[in-house]
Amino acid sequence: MSDLGHVLILAGGLSYEREVSLRSGRRVAEVLRAAGVDVETRDTDASLVPSVLADPPDAAFVTLHGGAGEDGAIRSVLELLGIPYVGAAPDACRVAFEKPTAKAVVRSWGLNTPDSVALPKETFHDLGASAVLGRIVDQLGLPLFVKPSRGGSALGASIVRSAEELPAAMVGCFAYGDTALIEKYIEGVEVSVSVVDLGDGPIALPPVEIVPVGGVYDYAARYTAGHTEFFAPARLTDDVTQACLAMAVAAHSALGLRDLSRTDLIVDEAGKPWFLEVNVAPGMTETSLLPMAAEADGRDLGMLCKGLLEIATARR
Amino acid sequence: MTEELDHGRTGVTHGSRIDAYVDRYAARATGMVASEIRALFAVASRPEVVSLGSGMPYITALPLDVVGELVADLVARQGTVALQYGGGLGDEALREQICTVMSIEGIESVPDDIMVTVGSQQALDLITRIFIDPGDIVLSEGPSYAGALGTFAAYQAKVVHIAMDDQGIIPEALAQTIYALRAAGSRMKFLYTIPTFQNPSGVTLNEVRRLQVLEICQRAGLLVVEDNPYGLLGFEREPLRAMRASNPEGVVYLGSFSKTLAPGFRVGWALAPRPILDKLVLAMESAVLSHSAFTQLAVREYLRTQPWREQIKAFRELYRERRDAMLGALDVQMPDGCAWTKPGGGFFVWMTLPEGLNSKAMLPQAIDKRVAYVPGTGFYADGGGTRHMRLSYCYPQPDRIREGVRRLAGVIEEELRTRDTFGTGMVPGHGGVDTPGPDLA
Repeated sequence: MSDLGHVLILAGGLSYEREVSLRSGRRVAEVLRAAGVDVETRDTDASLVPSVLADPPDAAFVTLHGGAGEDGAIRSVLELLGIPYVGAAPDACRVAFEKPTAKAVVRSWGLNTPDSVALPKETFHDLGASAVLGRIVDQLGLPLFVKPSRGGSALGASIVRSAEELPAAMVGCFAYGDTALIEKYIEGVEVSVSVVDLGDGPIALPPVEIVPVGGVYDYAARYTAGHTEFFAPARLTDDVTQACLAMAVAAHSALGLRDLSRTDLIVDEAGKPWFLEVNVAPGMTETSLLPMAAEADGRDLGMLCKGLLEIATARR
Repeated sequence: MTEELDHGRTGVTHGSRIDAYVDRYAARATGMVASEIRALFAVASRPEVVSLGSGMPYITALPLDVVGELVADLVARQGTVALQYGGGLGDEALREQICTVMSIEGIESVPDDIMVTVGSQQALDLITRIFIDPGDIVLSEGPSYAGALGTFAAYQAKVVHIAMDDQGIIPEALAQTIYALRAAGSRMKFLYTIPTFQNPSGVTLNEVRRLQVLEICQRAGLLVVEDNPYGLLGFEREPLRAMRASNPEGVVYLGSFSKTLAPGFRVGWALAPRPILDKLVLAMESAVLSHSAFTQLAVREYLRTQPWREQIKAFRELYRERRDAMLGALDVQMPDGCAWTKPGGGFFVWMTLPEGLNSKAMLPQAIDKRVAYVPGTGFYADGGGTRHMRLSYCYPQPDRIREGVRRLAGVIEEELRTRDTFGTGMVPGHGGVDTPGPDLA
């Protein structure tokens, strides 16, 4: 066994991404065990705090996606409990998890991100949908990409290619959250860049290119093996690759993240990358992008996770 | 990696699709994909969520200590039989007991007419296996049991739904559909029906219509598959006469101990005309060699030594109280425009939402408010059911049912506001499975 002591992996939770989180947790537990780490996986329920107080772990690895796992809430609790954990601090999580806020921050650092507007459902109730939606189409043009301002796994997200499709897309989006981010849709190559920091500053792993077989990288395409083709490293020229890597590292730094993050971006026809969103608890399942990037970089996922835990415990 | 393409890409043509066998799967596996709805049900399993989606029987009401002693005694005294391979039609003494159980619904049978199966679900699978070629048509109520639709899809059957109302299948609709399909040269193989306390609607086919449906099918030379897991769980009257009782040669009857005892034993059965039964035995052997002798004997010993009729009566009382809790709460809480069935037994209420609401699109909001149901689309093979949902009252306690209905009413109210703001329209959705796994279905 390693000298990390007893490590708690938090997985599950009550967000819509519970199932993905459980899969991520199982994978991280598996690779950490293979790396000689003593791990225990736990859901986040009413028994968590009493059990941690009774038998405090030496560190925690948060694989909770969406909601409390990424908005800083669980990390705040871990800080209250004095448990070191892998990943960004609560304040940074809060900023990164709110996509419109994260976009504003990276834009202020000079990064490209598609023009967008974020509006809560109440605004449409108060002002009427058709007038507001009409202005959005006039201002941003078509096509548009509509998604909840918080959350991931493409839940509630859809592409809008005509003005007539927009109201239904808004309804689909509001099923998963009370605020919608309506973004100018950039046609291009979907690329994901993972960033890790093992104590020498953030470095980007090879970019992963995502080519959904059915054309849309939706929930089924994300979590059904075979439904998406991945290229790791992405099929990008050196200068475009470098631009993507630089964007991911810049976003990681701009948002004050630490240990690991994953930036999703799109490369337009001219080879210009656009920042879409960042994940502070990236998926770790068999079809997830950070593990793929690590493998493309010749890294063992277990050793990488173990290294991140060592950094976290050193912060204690 | 030298040739430059658009978007600044290089010319690598093959990436990883994670699954090395992705191009080798059979066509029938195409629909087996990750699903948002299943992901949402992963949350519904948490105790904070009132699940009105679960179809699990409330086995806490069983005398589990007695069952435990019975199973221990079975292994100690009859272990060499119970732990050995079984075979053929199944344990004969159990099949005799099954004849007694079915006689309550007017069925006259002998043990040699019966094959014990792994729940009635396996009987359904085997029936489909021996009758269906890809593209063949199965008729079923609309809506129908999601597990059956899954089986039919696995064998690449095409399901044609028959309209139903609060008295079950509409005979005229059945006759017209058969006529039209026959005129189109379609290969119809059987009518699949749950005539009593149907899953998901809770509706019961009335006595007059039972005979009409049998007659229509007999004239068309169409086999009837009568699935009857809930028949003994009526709240207000003696069990209805099974369809099989009126036409032994035209009906395959599927029965189960999953709701009257416990689903964990996985003991069900098929009662079929002999030529069909012969094929079912061969299909069973190729599928699982033989049913578990252990669980068959456990059920046999339970029926032999325990007051099983009294236990069923206890279940009926328990489920009636829960049904009443749900119907009472729906009456008080639900906004105008909602309608629902009033089941006389079984586990389920089928709710119709106001115009413009979509039960599948609404589910994330429901989960967020800590209540779950099964969207109606899971019970149709043709994309129907968007305005419907199945509500189960079998598992939660009455106070939880009332709380769940209260939360659900709030979600529907909010959805009505959203509808009024954005109008109605098709919500973008994804393919995949619309129902929970067996632990929740």
